[in-house]
Amino acid sequence: MWNWLTLLIALLALPAYAHKPSDSYLTINITNDVITGQWDIALRDLDYALGLDDNADNQITWGELKHHQATVVAYSLARLALNTDANLCTTQLSDYLVDQHSDGYYAVLRFSAMCPIKPEQLTVDYRLFFDLDPTHRGLLNVNQDSEQQTAIFSPEQPRQQILLNESNAWLSFKQFVEEGVWHIWIGYDHILFLISLLLPSVVFRNGRQWLPVIAVKSAFLEVAKVVTAFTLAHSITLSLAALGWLDLPSRWVESAIAASVLLAALNNISPYVTQKLWLAAFAFGLIHGLGFASVLNDLGVNGKYLLVNLVGFNVGVELGQFVIVAIFFPFAYLARHSWYYQRLTLNFGSLIIAVIASFWLLDRSMALGWSESLARFNAFSGSVSEYLPFFNT
Amino acid sequence: MFKQLLFYILISHCLLSFATPYRPSSDAEILQHLPSVNTVYDQELRYWQRQLNTDTGNLTVAVKAANLLIDKVKIDGDPRYYGYAQAAVKSWWQQAEPPVDVLLLKAAIKQHNHDFQGALTDLQTVLNQRPDNAQAWLSQAVIQTVIGNYDAAMQSCQRLKRLSTALIYASCMANTVGLQGKAESAFLLLQETEANASQEQDHLWALTLLAELATRLGKNNDAERYFKQALALPEADVYALSAYCDFLLDTGKPKQVVELIKDNYRSDALLLRLTLAEQTLGSTAAAQHLDELKLRMAAYRLRQETLHQREEARVYLELFKQPEQALKLALANWQVQKEPWDARLVLAAAVAAHDITALNSIVTWLKQAQLQDVQINALVTAAMQL
Repeated sequence: MWNWLTLLIALLALPAYAHKPSDSYLTINITNDVITGQWDIALRDLDYALGLDDNADNQITWGELKHHQATVVAYSLARLALNTDANLCTTQLSDYLVDQHSDGYYAVLRFSAMCPIKPEQLTVDYRLFFDLDPTHRGLLNVNQDSEQQTAIFSPEQPRQQILLNESNAWLSFKQFVEEGVWHIWIGYDHILFLISLLLPSVVFRNGRQWLPVIAVKSAFLEVAKVVTAFTLAHSITLSLAALGWLDLPSRWVESAIAASVLLAALNNISPYVTQKLWLAAFAFGLIHGLGFASVLNDLGVNGKYLLVNLVGFNVGVELGQFVIVAIFFPFAYLARHSWYYQRLTLNFGSLIIAVIASFWLLDRSMALGWSESLARFNAFSGSVSEYLPFFNT
Repeated sequence: MFKQLLFYILISHCLLSFATPYRPSSDAEILQHLPSVNTVYDQELRYWQRQLNTDTGNLTVAVKAANLLIDKVKIDGDPRYYGYAQAAVKSWWQQAEPPVDVLLLKAAIKQHNHDFQGALTDLQTVLNQRPDNAQAWLSQAVIQTVIGNYDAAMQSCQRLKRLSTALIYASCMANTVGLQGKAESAFLLLQETEANASQEQDHLWALTLLAELATRLGKNNDAERYFKQALALPEADVYALSAYCDFLLDTGKPKQVVELIKDNYRSDALLLRLTLAEQTLGSTAAAQHLDELKLRMAAYRLRQETLHQREEARVYLELFKQPEQALKLALANWQVQKEPWDARLVLAAAVAAHDITALNSIVTWLKQAQLQDVQINALVTAAMQL
């Protein structure tokens, strides 16, 4: 207690002014795209620049400082420019106070900054007192989402650029979009299922024979129907599962996914469903959605951004899917007349897919652990942070 | 003790970061005292600054104002005036070949910023153009002495024999010769020259040097007398006052230090001496002044300047009692300047930190330089018993 008292007295008894080079302290706070600031400027410096001591008694009173408020504010704020991506923000005074620092009293200017566009980069241009005292320094402190950055303004470096964090929701959204894309790319079962459904889209069944479609329009329509149905279906179950309204054992789901791949591949070899393939895409899409949901859970969706993350992940899955289709479709369409498309790709390719799917089905339904060391291992046990560098490069 | 220190550091940090801006309740509340500007000297300065405002392109006016501003720092110890001086000649500052007078100002400001090499380069440029510029030779000699280049310093001083007064020449020589094992003869020579010099000449430097030489030689009565004479001059500066405080502290008179500067410790150098004196006396004000010192050191650190390593080393050594950190700062400072106090701090910190390597190298240097200093000699003797 005694210590507290002496210290408080000590601070109250700071000398009238101490010798220190001239500094100002500029703090900029950025929260949710709102920029506010506090600027502490030494009264000695303001007096040197503007003359505050009206009655020339070698001391500045609060009355004198108040009397000069308009001049002080105009002079100071004119020498501070905040820009977001080359657009000037307007700064407006919100409070005019005083505070004591180690070398005397400072005017405290609190302000808010209105920026024309949502900033990604904030440029601070500082020109206070440099013309009167080149040894003056502006000490900048930027607070942003509990992070702190500091910088020093000098005549040689009157400008500082601050990279702004995106708001957390946006960051989280982007991250989950990336996760979604990544997941569909490394989720071979989803890709193989999609490809199995798409392989026959450029041909049609005539008796026991495949014939190439004539118009690109009909082929494209077929692809669009299949992809839309698959997307719609897995979006529904993914959302239901992520929101906790649907919860099926993952062993069952994973086995069903493997079964869906097997059935889709077998259907190409020995066609059973030839019309309305999109219906099959929809039905099996429901199951694949549950598979995505388990990944989403592993990534740790939190309550606050659940919806944002869910939408982001879904968007990512669709984007990833779109890329696959965009690569597949032109090749398949151009190759549809050829012998090797029908024999090799459609039949033999589907056979390979069926073999792989059988392997998965066996492994997953009986929990044999064969795949543990294979590709899917990465998809389900990897962490978000392991994926991110890939996208950042 | 350590706990208490930690406690203080913690609280001062909290208070520093949670200092809350406020709106004074009364218009009459006095916020800031301004430096006094009512002396004849200040009036002259104001006159030239006004002239400069109406005639910004006038080199003669700008240089006159800038020189007065630099004198003001020396008297007052307020570093803001260096900035004002630089601003006064800003039109010429960035030029590839600034006028000689501006180069001399640049050198003075660089010297203040401990950019000794930069200052020497500017001075050399001046001397290439004006080989008989006494100010440049003098500044060069002083800087060469500070960095321990004594031979070059003596050569620079020699030039002043013809170009300057006998008092300046003698002071210049005493300043460097007095550090090389000839302190006694330097003292006697300067004593005689000073006594015979006319009143109009600038005696401050000579008197301060005499006081310092006497201090190092253990002639305490002479030291006391010369310090008092120096401080009685109207142009007496913070440097002389700090040196006198050090002398009083070394000779066991902390009470006099407190009396002398308790109402005048705006400069960091003086605040340090005041705190040291109060600590020795066990005065309650010591804690308060230590906190102020910490705040000022923190403020300097924000600027990322290392101008005050000598003072900081002393704070860590004598006030915080952290010899390892003190030695680190003292050694960093030793890379830049090599005056008796710089050597003394390395020595004392090395002894306190039991750092034999640092100790050996500084003792070797001292022996080679043949520096005479009663305080340093006592420290070396004590160190030899380690």
